[in-house]
Amino acid sequence: MTTVQTEPATDSPLTIGGRAFRSRLMVGTGKYRNNSDMVLAIEASGAEIVTVAVRRVDLDRTKDQGILYHLSPDQYFLLANTAGCYTADEAVRYARLAREAGFNEFVKLEVIGDRETLLPDTEGLLTAAHQLVAEGFKVLAYTNDDLVTALRLEEAGCAAVMPLASPIGSGLGLLNPYGIRTIKRRLSVPVIVDAGVGTASDACLTMEQGVDGILMNTALAEARDPVAMATAMRLAVEAGRQAFLAGRMPRREVAMPSTPNAGMLE
Amino acid sequence: MNQLEIMVNGEPRRVPAPATAADLLRYLGLDPRTVVLELNRKIVRRPQLNATALADGDAVELVHFVGGG
Repeated sequence: MTTVQTEPATDSPLTIGGRAFRSRLMVGTGKYRNNSDMVLAIEASGAEIVTVAVRRVDLDRTKDQGILYHLSPDQYFLLANTAGCYTADEAVRYARLAREAGFNEFVKLEVIGDRETLLPDTEGLLTAAHQLVAEGFKVLAYTNDDLVTALRLEEAGCAAVMPLASPIGSGLGLLNPYGIRTIKRRLSVPVIVDAGVGTASDACLTMEQGVDGILMNTALAEARDPVAMATAMRLAVEAGRQAFLAGRMPRREVAMPSTPNAGMLE
Repeated sequence: MNQLEIMVNGEPRRVPAPATAADLLRYLGLDPRTVVLELNRKIVRRPQLNATALADGDAVELVHFVGGG
């Protein structure tokens, strides 16, 4: 059963690791058909936090400029991820490289446990989280919809916990609203839903659970029109947030007339 | 001329000896401000690039930011 919570009508900014952000929508930079689509879509999304990855420089393609050629670190808050890492050690190594390459001590920590589903290795995730927090990183941990793992990540000192809506790149939408709602209810640090959102209704429904934000990539990059989808997602995240703050009506198993019965003709 | 045999991003490469980490970036045409250099799994910070000598058998990784989610 959903409990209706009363929330203040006005929203406060999203604060992660002591830093305030205006947008509750965060976007990735992978898989776009071209860089101009990406830049325009990110702009349309209104996102402030933009994720990037650390990879080898392609030494044979000297014209390869890297993502910073297209995205200004003055305009966006670049959040490096440890995508593709399967062990805690590997993730820590990537995080250190990212901090050196980047502009902040924030890292989106991913430790993957399974190649088919890309679901997290929660044991490796917790090990890496402890290590990185000890090294002064602000860790945003990508995890599954399991409450206990989320609680452990918070205890480890993560700046935010990022449970999935559904597997990375699946576009299956929010599979476990109860799980996400429970994580949000029990944690004090921001809860950002990461991965699985496919279209605007998914984003809206996710925000209606009361979470602090959403990170998405494929939903924009693989849309027929990424710029239009980015606009839709911006509106959906805002709509879902407002709906959550507004407090929805109770669900009833029976109808209740909206028009008064009083005054009906005999 | 003396040469060093090192691994760069997993590929063997020869560079004129002696060479520093900064020299390697110059040979490869890379701007030190846009890459991070890891030498034998230890990050070499930008101010140290000039003072870091390379040796035979060193493993160098050069990374930068790419698109990701």
